[in-house]
Amino acid sequence: MIGPILEARELVKRFGELEAVKGVSFTIERGESFGFLGPNGAGKTSTMRMISAVSRPSSGSLTILGLDPSTHGPEIRGRIGVVPQEDTLELELSVRQNLEMFGRYFDLPHAILRERASELLEFAQLSERANDKVDDLSGGMKRRLTIARALINRPELLILDEPTTGLDPQARHLLWERLYRLKREGVTQIITTHYMDEAEQLCDRLVVMDHGSIVAEGPPRELIARHSTREVVELRFGTDSHEELHDRLAPFAQRIEVLPDRILLYVDEGDDTLREIHEVGIVPMSALVRRSSLEDVFLRLTGRTLVD
Amino acid sequence: MSSTLDVPLGWARWRRSWWYHATYYAQTWRGSVASTVLFPIFYLASLGVGVGHLVSAHTGLVQGQTYLHFIAPSLLATTTMQLGEGESLWPVLAAVKWIRSYHAAAATPLEPEDILTGKLAWVVTRAFATGIVYTIVIGSFGALQSWWALTLPFLGALITLAFSAPLVAFAARSQSDGPFTAIYRFAFVPMFLFSATFYPVSAYPGYLRPFVQFVPLYHGVALARAAAFGEGSWGAVTLHLLFLVAMAVAGIAWGRRTMRHRLVD
Repeated sequence: MIGPILEARELVKRFGELEAVKGVSFTIERGESFGFLGPNGAGKTSTMRMISAVSRPSSGSLTILGLDPSTHGPEIRGRIGVVPQEDTLELELSVRQNLEMFGRYFDLPHAILRERASELLEFAQLSERANDKVDDLSGGMKRRLTIARALINRPELLILDEPTTGLDPQARHLLWERLYRLKREGVTQIITTHYMDEAEQLCDRLVVMDHGSIVAEGPPRELIARHSTREVVELRFGTDSHEELHDRLAPFAQRIEVLPDRILLYVDEGDDTLREIHEVGIVPMSALVRRSSLEDVFLRLTGRTLVD
Repeated sequence: MSSTLDVPLGWARWRRSWWYHATYYAQTWRGSVASTVLFPIFYLASLGVGVGHLVSAHTGLVQGQTYLHFIAPSLLATTTMQLGEGESLWPVLAAVKWIRSYHAAAATPLEPEDILTGKLAWVVTRAFATGIVYTIVIGSFGALQSWWALTLPFLGALITLAFSAPLVAFAARSQSDGPFTAIYRFAFVPMFLFSATFYPVSAYPGYLRPFVQFVPLYHGVALARAAAFGEGSWGAVTLHLLFLVAMAVAGIAWGRRTMRHRLVD
């Protein structure tokens, strides 16, 4: 198929008085990993539900796999996979049963289901737990099973809503590794997250959402280059007099952000800045120099942090 | 993974949802089968034989039947009603809110209407199977006196659907199970007790009798008796059938709206 795998123009989703998504436009190419970064309540999940061909846009136009979801919903959903925010697994049934039963929804014959379930158990590193009840799995295992389940119909497009929320670091890295593998196999991925490191790791390109609108779009590195400096100096003072410190520190940075627990200085050479500050007698309780991240982009664009 | 369209689309997507329920049941059926067979035996033995003994000592036959035979068909009606209730309130709320398995299904080729139809078709299947078991048990107590009794499993399925459809619709729009307990206590328990289940309508004072007509289960009980004994006028039977069919149709229409609203909007 030629053309983008998904194209959205001025998508709006209203729930009564509330406008959850306020006219967003984006295009996703085949093979791409595309991210939606934003805090809870930014309209990510509502957007996901529309581009999964589940909920209907209140207005705007949407094309998925070259088809119109308002007339070809079942066909589109037969060719995509969705990993919802909650696992929605059948806890009383075994790992394998969960995969095979879900495959019924796609009308796959039993022989094919058995074969694919074995493949996917391998992929999700759950082969040894195949006959265990889902209730007994760890959070990371359940998440991997949910992803495996979404692959039972060999989707061209995989949509993941907050894939690693609530997982420990080890489980997250294992899951990221699986998603890279899928990407190498050519599966287009759409990922929502409120973790900036996840967005940087997984996404070729992303949009930053806030209050139902897209506030920036581009590859992670490019967004950082466009909206932030190379480095950030994080300073913590054991005091509340941040206002006074703001005025004293401002001349040393291209931009300064005062947060409740710390002050961020946006600079190109963090170590130099730190030295200059020390020279004029400002001594923070702790200081950290780091590279700019998407978190800084978000802060710049919205004036708020991603994870409170 | 290569992109394959191995999803034949079109007719009867609902049967995939039916399959899902059937497969789930196949994994978890053991407890329910034992109770499906044993419950009617215990029930008829205790109430039919035990209480029946007292009744026959006092009043003799009830509408020309022994007490055991009189209450046996109503057992099929009350059980299929309870099946419709048990399958439709908590399990559906779990599927739309707690486990969210219907939301998972809505992300597949199934439409909300398919999920509803598959669910109701599955409940009706179970009711029909239960109806067969109960017909055999009731028959083995000698309470079947007409070939019309062969329709009892179908009547059971209709009674279940008449209750299940509106309850699924209600559960699909619920946010908590708080009201379910009230429905059980203030609708189902009284219906179980007062639908001429254990005695004929003539036991009520004359001014109360017309109101029994508005109790849904009463129509199921009356139909079950008519089939078991091969009695009852065509007019009355038609009225009872229409009442239950109307409940089912209204419930399905309502459910199509609440399921779509819950899963898709």
